[in-house]
Amino acid sequence: MEKLIHDFSFGLFIWQSLIFIVLIFLLKKFAWKPILSSVEDREEGIRSALDEAKLAKEEMAQLKSANEDLLKEARAEREAMLIEARAIKDKIVGDATAAAKEEASKITAAAKSAIEGEKKKAMVEIKNQVAEMSIEIASLILKENLSSDANQKALAEKYVKDLNLN
Amino acid sequence: MEVVILQRFLDTNYCLFVMQIKLVGNLLLALLFVFSMNANASSHSESSEKDVKSEIKEGIDHHLIDSYEFTITHGVSMPLPVILIDNGVHIFSSSEFHHGESVVEKAGNFYTIVHGRIYKTDADGTITHTEPNDKGQVFVANEKPLDFSITKNVFMIILMALFMFFLFKGVSKSYASQLPTGAGRFLEPLVVFVRDEIARPNIGEKHYKKYMSYLLTVFFFIWFLNLVGMMPFGVNVTGNITITFSLAIMTFVITNFTAKKDYWGHIFWMPGVPKPMRIVLAPIELLGVLIKPFALMIRLYANMSAGHIVLMSLVGLIFVFQSWAAAGPVLGLTLALSLLELLVAALQAYIFTMLTALYFGMAVEEHGDH
Repeated sequence: MEKLIHDFSFGLFIWQSLIFIVLIFLLKKFAWKPILSSVEDREEGIRSALDEAKLAKEEMAQLKSANEDLLKEARAEREAMLIEARAIKDKIVGDATAAAKEEASKITAAAKSAIEGEKKKAMVEIKNQVAEMSIEIASLILKENLSSDANQKALAEKYVKDLNLN
Repeated sequence: MEVVILQRFLDTNYCLFVMQIKLVGNLLLALLFVFSMNANASSHSESSEKDVKSEIKEGIDHHLIDSYEFTITHGVSMPLPVILIDNGVHIFSSSEFHHGESVVEKAGNFYTIVHGRIYKTDADGTITHTEPNDKGQVFVANEKPLDFSITKNVFMIILMALFMFFLFKGVSKSYASQLPTGAGRFLEPLVVFVRDEIARPNIGEKHYKKYMSYLLTVFFFIWFLNLVGMMPFGVNVTGNITITFSLAIMTFVITNFTAKKDYWGHIFWMPGVPKPMRIVLAPIELLGVLIKPFALMIRLYANMSAGHIVLMSLVGLIFVFQSWAAAGPVLGLTLALSLLELLVAALQAYIFTMLTALYFGMAVEEHGDH
């Protein structure tokens, strides 16, 4: 211990303390502060980059699930649209068929009535023609029968007989 | 509580480590003894043997103490300026002492160097000594002038401060492109290590930022100086008690000046214990405040000095054996221990910074949760 105290040099102590304190402040200003701050900046950068990557990953996952939802929705919509279309088609076809049937029956009915009318007209005409023809025939016959006096007399006698019978 | 356990753990580790060092030291002494006995028996006279050993001891001592010149290799040295305050300021080159062999006269005062320190003396260079203390140590009793010389250690501190300033300024400039280049790639993990493994867990998320500058500077300063100490210029800055005292006192000052109310509350009026105990605990805790930085100072000093002593003793063995045969195993051992010292250089910087952070943590800890 005595040797240590004897070894102690006040001048060296002052020099060492002075130089060391100056060194601390110089290094603080020119080295430690810039070095530590850039190291911290870099660490901060790495940390935020990692965080960002994580966030982006999460966003991607979210986007993916959203996409899937959208796809599912679209699929469902398509299905619904198909069903609807099918229904519409069925309805249209049904309606058309019904309309066609109605029309057809109408046409048939019209045709029938027309045919009936024509038939009636034809019958009337036939009847008229028959009447006319009978008259003509009758007149012809009459003309032939009444051309002689004897015929006329016979006829008249016939009518008279008919009349008398009444 | 965790903090206390951690401290115990660290101290246990440290004790084990010191024990290992001591073990190695003892082993070496034993080896030295056995081989010197053999050497005695064979050829050399006892006096010359003693001379070699005392020469080695002197060499080690000389290596460990501060110096007024920067020795590059044996005989080649660079004189450094001497600055004395003694009836005015005297500035002159240390070469005037002629490696401590001559007395220098300035303004009617005479100065001489004894064991790496300047003492006032007379024209003949008379040195008086104290009576030996209980360990038999003798000290120079001459008066010391106020000595602000740029010694080898001061010179190294200035060089290291410049080196660190330009190194880390360069590193911080290389951050212009977000990522460090060059030295920054190696140093950034260490900076982040100090922040995430030393400052954050010990001081806490809330307060650690204001201590970062001190912790980083002290970590790199000690580590680099420890490494410089392993280079072959014989610079032993961190193994100097004055340097470790200065570092420890800074930790002490920062700890106590930034301490929160809770810290002082725990020292003078320990909550959660009976009142009479609080009165007993207060002086103990107060003593603890002083012991903490003291332990920091001694730990770094002892570890770095021990490393230097062990390594140099090993090299010294070659001269004790006076045989080339010894060089092989000794060099192997030296290499192994040098590798250990490389680890210790980083470990001691880590421990000093770690404990400093721990003390800062205690100072700013808020005990709201218990």
